[in-house]
Amino acid sequence: MENSNYVPNPQTPCTAIFIDPALCRGCNTCAEVCRVDVLIPSVCGQPPIPVYSDECWFCGVCVEHCPVPGAIRMEHPLNQRIAWKRKETGEFFRIGMKNPPPPNKKPPVGGVVTAAKNRPLQIQNREWRVSKHGF
Amino acid sequence: MDDTQYRTTTPWPYPVHYGRERMVETDVLILGGGIAGCHAAINAARMGVKVAVVEKGATIRSGSGGAGVDHWHNAFTNPCSKVTPEEAAELIASLGLKMPEGYGAGHVRYIEFKESWDALLDLEKMGVKIRDVDDEFKGADFRDDQTKLMFAYDYENRHVIRVQGGKVKVALYHELKRLGIGIFDRVMATSLLNEGGVAGGRVVGAMGVDVRTGEFCVFQAKATILATAQPLRLWVFSTELQGSAAEHDDPNCTGDGVAMAWKAGARFSLMERSEAFGGGFRYPAYGTGNASNTWFGCSMVDAKGKEIPWVNRDGALLKTVAERFRPAPGQKFTLNDPRCERVYEVRGAGFIPDLPERIMKGEYELPFYADLPAMPEHERRAIFGLMVGHEGKTLIPVYKALTEAGFDPDKDMLQANIVPAEMAGRTIPYWNGAGPSQWRGFAFIFFGGLVTDWDLGTNLEGLFAAGNQLMGGGTHTIAATSGRYAGRKAAEFALQAPAPTISRAQLDAEKKRVYAPIERSEGIGWKEFQSGISRIMQDYCGEYKTEETLKVGLTWLNSIRESEGAKVCARNPHELARTLETFSRLTCGEIIMHASLGRKASSNALDFKRLDYPEKDPPEWNKFVVVSLAHDQVKTGELPLNYWLKAPNAPTLEENYRNHCSLPEDSQHGK
Repeated sequence: MENSNYVPNPQTPCTAIFIDPALCRGCNTCAEVCRVDVLIPSVCGQPPIPVYSDECWFCGVCVEHCPVPGAIRMEHPLNQRIAWKRKETGEFFRIGMKNPPPPNKKPPVGGVVTAAKNRPLQIQNREWRVSKHGF
Repeated sequence: MDDTQYRTTTPWPYPVHYGRERMVETDVLILGGGIAGCHAAINAARMGVKVAVVEKGATIRSGSGGAGVDHWHNAFTNPCSKVTPEEAAELIASLGLKMPEGYGAGHVRYIEFKESWDALLDLEKMGVKIRDVDDEFKGADFRDDQTKLMFAYDYENRHVIRVQGGKVKVALYHELKRLGIGIFDRVMATSLLNEGGVAGGRVVGAMGVDVRTGEFCVFQAKATILATAQPLRLWVFSTELQGSAAEHDDPNCTGDGVAMAWKAGARFSLMERSEAFGGGFRYPAYGTGNASNTWFGCSMVDAKGKEIPWVNRDGALLKTVAERFRPAPGQKFTLNDPRCERVYEVRGAGFIPDLPERIMKGEYELPFYADLPAMPEHERRAIFGLMVGHEGKTLIPVYKALTEAGFDPDKDMLQANIVPAEMAGRTIPYWNGAGPSQWRGFAFIFFGGLVTDWDLGTNLEGLFAAGNQLMGGGTHTIAATSGRYAGRKAAEFALQAPAPTISRAQLDAEKKRVYAPIERSEGIGWKEFQSGISRIMQDYCGEYKTEETLKVGLTWLNSIRESEGAKVCARNPHELARTLETFSRLTCGEIIMHASLGRKASSNALDFKRLDYPEKDPPEWNKFVVVSLAHDQVKTGELPLNYWLKAPNAPTLEENYRNHCSLPEDSQHGK
């Protein structure tokens, strides 16, 4: 074992947010919808950085609003994943297991989970005097 | 990932302007842009006044209801309901302290019963699907074919509606924009403004800090609605646990509103009410096999596939799935709140009551599973697909996570989290997990907050309250309905109120307070400070309390404020906001201890245990303990239960509502 470095401990089991830099367009929509500012936006199209992921509420809204399916994913830590059992066969499964079953592609009622039709959000004007009431 | 690296090498991405002042003038100011705040804003704006919403997060999704809603409670005026608001209110009132809301706010509840359906219709106009317009559930026995409404829990009486509200906040947000309401996101309100800067005086707005830029924001308003939230993570705090020991509600629920109203002189009640808490060791909400709330009625089997039998309130075995969703013979209607599990008059179907003993004897073997494949197709899809999918934090965290990993409700049984046998089959342990007795949480519903009148006004002129901030608040529908009601009342007040004046001295004092943590270059961080506060709450205000523990607890809270509180250090606007939140929680802890000192009796109804006053609910203590701050002294008083029906109020709910609701006669439902 050669590469021993003097480094801080790894994060708490709450990393929560993972961004695929190959897919992320750097639109920062995830950072704009996050209620606790888990992510800080990055500039020049680079992915945002999940700096405060130990504050994450695991609401998944960042994933819901992402315009590129798969660019951001939210994962519960290992101690938050319950198992299931297939009724007919008695097989046991869990999220993250080796040789998982194929995904179930049935969408929830009302439509797909995330879609490419999501557009980057320009939600909050940081200018203060904009509305018709003169704010 | 090494986060210390970012702190040393990555510049803060937002321009930082600590101390720079921004001034906003408005008629109605709403603090908190969650469900209550948004409904309040929309209803105030409809009355023609200028409205501003101040939100610590992002109004488009924040608030405890911001991650979604799947079933809409107490819609007693919907065209299919067989129960009227009056019938529901009368039954609940007749049960008194047997009901969790025996200690609650009857006027808030009645407003909810009268306007729950109206609020849902508002949302439908904004684009939220409240009906099965795609006919996916045609033929289901929980669906009304004429209105296409779908019901939950009690299919006979039809007062809870299944809705596709996953993006309810997005709809509300766009309505706010359409109405020209000023939205001030990422601004944490920190203190109220009193006229002349004197606590106890008319509330004329609020101050706050931008959590990204550090700017100081001043909102001058004729009327202010507090639509912020209760303090969570006060007893148990750990960043090693999911979401820093997340509770059910939004992590932005830190009691900022409670703390600022306290300092401004508002009156609080029920602050002594807390409940057992699993300390953040729970599984994701709605994300394990169970049979209550969003999963109500789901078949459960044991490890060997043996089904756990269901019974009605009288213990009669239910042979079909359909019977789980009906009242028992002779029962008018059911209320399926988990806290009604033990209330005979309203409790719905549930598992056999001796399930724990039968597990101990080996008749049923752990673990249990939610047997979705055994459910009729419409029920299965309603639970996993509609409710799990639209309920808060279920679309991505549960539905997507499980289905992408291969979970198929047609074939698979989701495991129930394993709790001690004596808790099996009950709802609360599933919900919260179990923890030691010193771990408490602020009560989830019908908890402490501001004492309000029939205008949802407080003792402070110009200050109204809605949602979680109300004494007796909690739940999505109370937030929506009290929001719409308070929005109307605050607008009405603002239309006749004189122009407010704010005090420069109060602004300067607040600036000094809020920026102190960024003036220090070294000290302790907010997390350690919070952990210290939490330890005091555990030690001195846990499940069992005495005069001595509470007094010592207050001493130590004050001590930690004076010493470590003067050393907390924040390195950017985000840390500054988190630090200010810990001070809010500290103040909330003090209020809770003062309120606990004020109730010199134990109470089953409040889950409140005083070792020095062990008698439970002695009749002379069946009243509200009211606490407030006046001239820097804590004042403890009381109010009778049902104070909303005592003089100067009218003797009936209906009459008071009619006198105060500010709706034209012909648009008042339930008449």
